[in-house]
Amino acid sequence: MFFRHEKIETNVILMAVLTLITVSIGGLVQIIPLFTIESTIERVDGVRPYTPLEVMGRNVYLREGCYVCHSQQIRPFKDEVERYGHYSLAAESMYDKPFQWGSKRTGPDLARVGGRYSNDWHVAHMISPRAVVPESVMPAYPFLAERRLEFADIAQHLKALRAVGIPYTDEMVANARADLEAQVNPDADPTALLKRYPRAVVGKFNGESAVITELDALVAYLQMLGTLVRFADLPPDRLRQ
Amino acid sequence: MPTKIEKDTLSGQDTTGHEWDGVKELNTPLPTWWVYTFYATIAFAVVYCALYPSWPWLSGHTQGLLGYSSRAELSLELAAQTEARAKYVDRIRAASLADIRKDPELFNFAMAGGRSAFQTNCMQCHGAGGAGSTGFPNLVDDEWLWGGSIDQIYATIAHGIRNADDKSRQSLMPRYGADDILTAAQVAAVTDYVLSLTGRAKATPEGAKIWQEQCVACHLADGKGNQELGAPNLTDGIWLYGGDRASIYRSIYYARNGSMPAWSGRLDDATIKMLAVYVHALGGGR
Repeated sequence: MFFRHEKIETNVILMAVLTLITVSIGGLVQIIPLFTIESTIERVDGVRPYTPLEVMGRNVYLREGCYVCHSQQIRPFKDEVERYGHYSLAAESMYDKPFQWGSKRTGPDLARVGGRYSNDWHVAHMISPRAVVPESVMPAYPFLAERRLEFADIAQHLKALRAVGIPYTDEMVANARADLEAQVNPDADPTALLKRYPRAVVGKFNGESAVITELDALVAYLQMLGTLVRFADLPPDRLRQ
Repeated sequence: MPTKIEKDTLSGQDTTGHEWDGVKELNTPLPTWWVYTFYATIAFAVVYCALYPSWPWLSGHTQGLLGYSSRAELSLELAAQTEARAKYVDRIRAASLADIRKDPELFNFAMAGGRSAFQTNCMQCHGAGGAGSTGFPNLVDDEWLWGGSIDQIYATIAHGIRNADDKSRQSLMPRYGADDILTAAQVAAVTDYVLSLTGRAKATPEGAKIWQEQCVACHLADGKGNQELGAPNLTDGIWLYGGDRASIYRSIYYARNGSMPAWSGRLDDATIKMLAVYVHALGGGR
């Protein structure tokens, strides 16, 4: 035989060098495509970083493990598109760290749940899912409607997200607290908020409580999911990856 | 380690030549079927990589000889589906709602299409059978908040209620207690008046006075409501938010002002028409 494995097994230096080469190939195969990941993101308008209130709502979504039962990815299949709407784009999760695509649907996909139901429905449904959908197997989350949202450190949240690559500007960080409060106050002037975060949904999401609760943040997050890209005025060639 | 390959007398196979304290290892070849299946999978992988998108590269990935993409396949499937449905859907798009109801063929198609759209988009609030729940109106009875003619139902579905759509149905009941328009005692008095409309309490003169001042503009003097404003009939014993004293008190104190999304941006016009036909035919259409 031209190359005897005995030679490798009995020569520790040779073995170490060859091991290093083999492992490097494995690493490169995994790492190199990451440098070209930009090429997989469609160039569409409208996707923006989450508002401070949506960030907090997303944190509640993660904390409660919503992703265990709900996916956020509409696959390009006929049945999914018919039920949930346009298939998800990579661009739509580019500010998701980590993304919430999920892999299991005990409940429905939530990638385009935004605007589908009223705020009141979300509140009633979170407090008691079976009050509105008798067939539902979702657990109830009534405590979210009562728990005060802790957002004293909201600016730090935005800074942390900026550190992992979400383009929050200094202005957004400086106004984080004001923006959060403005989004949940229908009587406030939303101009500054909407300038920083176009198409943000403003409202007192949880009408059951006068203070800002965790449910306000969660519903704000749910109500924006999948609403940022306007597919009606999107030429198909822009969806090319 | 000295190696000496020898033939095993019992199995007829060669040994590997390794020996540990007298224990030798047989070098039995893999079953032929397994080996050829393995070669076949390697060949399959090569062919697959050539035909389909596979290898990532510095600026994208190989596209494959077939030019397959799941997105392109989806648009072909959707186009084929649109074409298959076009026979009816195009007619539904062109016909008026009244004409759809008159044409048995279109009506059947609209009922089936409306039913499936209802199960996808509407049942979460209005229930699988359309019977609604607290806060979400029953669509199978013949009481309507915003009108039960098929055109009114169509407008409600297309533009929704109290949302940001330009043509959304709009009205706003004041939060009588929460915004200090009435005191708690006054809200209680007018609650009694509302209960008296269904004969369940005795109205006080104070309650009647507040009713005249605050409520008749929308709910009308007899309490039968006004569908132009979505002001419910308070005399029919149907209560969207509960008809007991506490619920009615709460409705007056905080107001309810339920909302419904506009579906015109989400569903195409033919689907909204089919939904209108379906909801109208659920039992309560006027």
